[in-house]
Amino acid sequence: MSKRNLIFLSLILALTLLVGCAGGGEQPPQDTPQEDGQKAASDLKVGIVLSSGGKGDKSFNDSSLRGLDRAKEEGLIAEYKYIEPKEVAAAEKGLRFLAQQGYDLVIGVGFMQKDAVDTVSKEFADTKFAIIDDVVDNPNVASLTFKEHEGSFLAGALAALLTTHEEIEGINAEEVVGFLGGMDSPLIHKFELGYTSGVDYINETEGTDVKVKINYTGSDPSAFNDPAKGKEIALAQYNAGADIIYHASGGTGIGLFEAAAQTGNYAIGVDSDQDWNQPGYILTSVLKKVDNAVFATVKAVKEGNFEAGLKEYGLEEKGVALTPLTEAGVTVKAAQEAGDITAEDVAKIEGLKAKIPAEIKDKIEDIKSKIIAGEIEVPNYLEQAQ
Amino acid sequence: MAGDMNSKELLKEISIPLLAILSSFIIGTLIVIASGYDPIATYGALLQGAFGGLNSIADTLLAATPLIFTGLTVAFAYRCGLFNIGGEGQLLVGGLTAAWIGTFKGVPMIIHLPLTLLAAMVAGALWVAIPAILKAKLGVHEVITTIMFNYISYSLVAYFSLKVLAKPGSIQTPDIEPSAYLWRFSNVLDMYSYLNIGFLIGLIVLFVIYYLLWKTTIGYEIRAVGISPDAAEYGGISAARNIILAMLISGALAGLGGAERAMGLFHNYRNGFSAEYGFTGIAVALLGRNHPLGIFLAALLFGALSNGQDYMNMLAGVPVDLVTILQAVIILFVAADLLFRRVLALKPEGRKGE
Repeated sequence: MSKRNLIFLSLILALTLLVGCAGGGEQPPQDTPQEDGQKAASDLKVGIVLSSGGKGDKSFNDSSLRGLDRAKEEGLIAEYKYIEPKEVAAAEKGLRFLAQQGYDLVIGVGFMQKDAVDTVSKEFADTKFAIIDDVVDNPNVASLTFKEHEGSFLAGALAALLTTHEEIEGINAEEVVGFLGGMDSPLIHKFELGYTSGVDYINETEGTDVKVKINYTGSDPSAFNDPAKGKEIALAQYNAGADIIYHASGGTGIGLFEAAAQTGNYAIGVDSDQDWNQPGYILTSVLKKVDNAVFATVKAVKEGNFEAGLKEYGLEEKGVALTPLTEAGVTVKAAQEAGDITAEDVAKIEGLKAKIPAEIKDKIEDIKSKIIAGEIEVPNYLEQAQ
Repeated sequence: MAGDMNSKELLKEISIPLLAILSSFIIGTLIVIASGYDPIATYGALLQGAFGGLNSIADTLLAATPLIFTGLTVAFAYRCGLFNIGGEGQLLVGGLTAAWIGTFKGVPMIIHLPLTLLAAMVAGALWVAIPAILKAKLGVHEVITTIMFNYISYSLVAYFSLKVLAKPGSIQTPDIEPSAYLWRFSNVLDMYSYLNIGFLIGLIVLFVIYYLLWKTTIGYEIRAVGISPDAAEYGGISAARNIILAMLISGALAGLGGAERAMGLFHNYRNGFSAEYGFTGIAVALLGRNHPLGIFLAALLFGALSNGQDYMNMLAGVPVDLVTILQAVIILFVAADLLFRRVLALKPEGRKGE
């Protein structure tokens, strides 16, 4: 190989590597679970295989790990082991490894692990498995899913009610709201359909004509981690008349929040309490309490009443919820205590929530109780698609 | 560095990649220690994951298989003086095609299997046809076009796999018919690995490419164009024709790599289908000095690293990114060819061509 060509090829290679690494994000050093003296606290062994993004995604994976941390604090388990697979195919290896090591409960995080959990749970009939966000119909698997559509319905109703209140700063004359999706995938369509159904419900009951602008960031998992594109899409939607945008796009949503702060419009967060991300611009967040579901599963195994099959966590089970519309949520207060945000930031968050008219808050509460009572039926995209 | 070389030249060719690997492991060890992990446990986990038992060895070969194809993709084009950086896209297009043709019902295996393999090769070749023609006829640089075609393929393949072919409510295409399965070794061996005869196809293709390049007129012409297109033209060899031919074969090899994933490993096309095999293939070709034998060894190394890294994470708790660093350092050292030649006091390679 001639020298010049070699240098050229190396440069290209270096570039592709750089591009490859850029997507990886940083990963904090992992503390290897140590089987220390606490072992006596419990003999229950719990292992978890995380989804892409790994530990430190401030969202889905971290929420799962919070559930395990809580189980540890409450003495249900002494330790747990987590695995971060680098590619989709590696998840199966991780699940099998944990099962082979004799873990009592093996948890797979994310719908990408559906097939892997299916395969491995058949191989280890005596091991208990759980999958988050998808359904695996085996006798030793608990499928933990969330009624994201119910939470999204509330977000849609809130957005549709608020967008007609022109007197509020940041709300324009046009009756348009927005939705920003991450990866174009069935699960995210579930959020979208819940949201648009919430808007439609308000249009019907209030006689308004609120329209929804819908955009997706991309069609592969990187679409969940593309804040630059998220901001671009959000700015385009705000320019097109939207004043409130809800997102289901993971890390991409950071871009939405920046856009909201830039234009002075509003956003609705997702999964975790994101209200403090850009204080004063995020109305509320649709919480998805993965930690609760994980904790409940560990507890059930510990107490010997683990049940396989589908467990759906909705508004009723507090598996999905909005952050409070009247005050800052517990996470915000915790963030303040930890010094992540200032008292001024909390004041901004609460100031925004105070701007939401009381009648709207009442209506949201009313809709929530109607959903729980079954008076309002929120369509589930995944059931429709089957 | 053709097939025929004397032992001194051979030693020279081998010593540089070996030194690169050795140095990268030394640096890797330092990084492991600096990050606060136990290097012995780390490398122990790597080795155990890559070679500790039948299942692990099979998984290593399984991880090496697509790299054999994508390594050849890069090397074959390189022998004609071309950089085909689009292996990733060609592999994806070939893989999706195989996953689609594979779902056809009622076709006997004796037709279905070769048909699906062939369709993937044709798809891979077609995907590189436009860059090939642009290069041959207009001199448009193939690095730019093949890289850009990668981006087109990402979107196109995502569209077809998610919007047209996907099983409702999922992000993968329906499973292919058993008549298009590549036979898995786990059918007769007691293991979990999905290693399949796609690996053996890879070995055969390695040999076929070696034979084609060094024992046939076609290969001679392709290599002649690679060394000097002008001289080849002067000698009556059409540069344009050989550039197109070499690119098409190169693309077909990547497409075949995609077929192995679809027909042997996944039995469908799914999100996350390729773990950047096309790009790792560039490294494999570089480390393997663009020679089939070298590519085989380099693919095994990268396959072992890729398979072992999961166990570094599982057994030793080391972040998977560390293996990526290791791979990057290896490439860096292979590329720093000149450094090692100095160290070894070897004469720097002149512009003597290949």
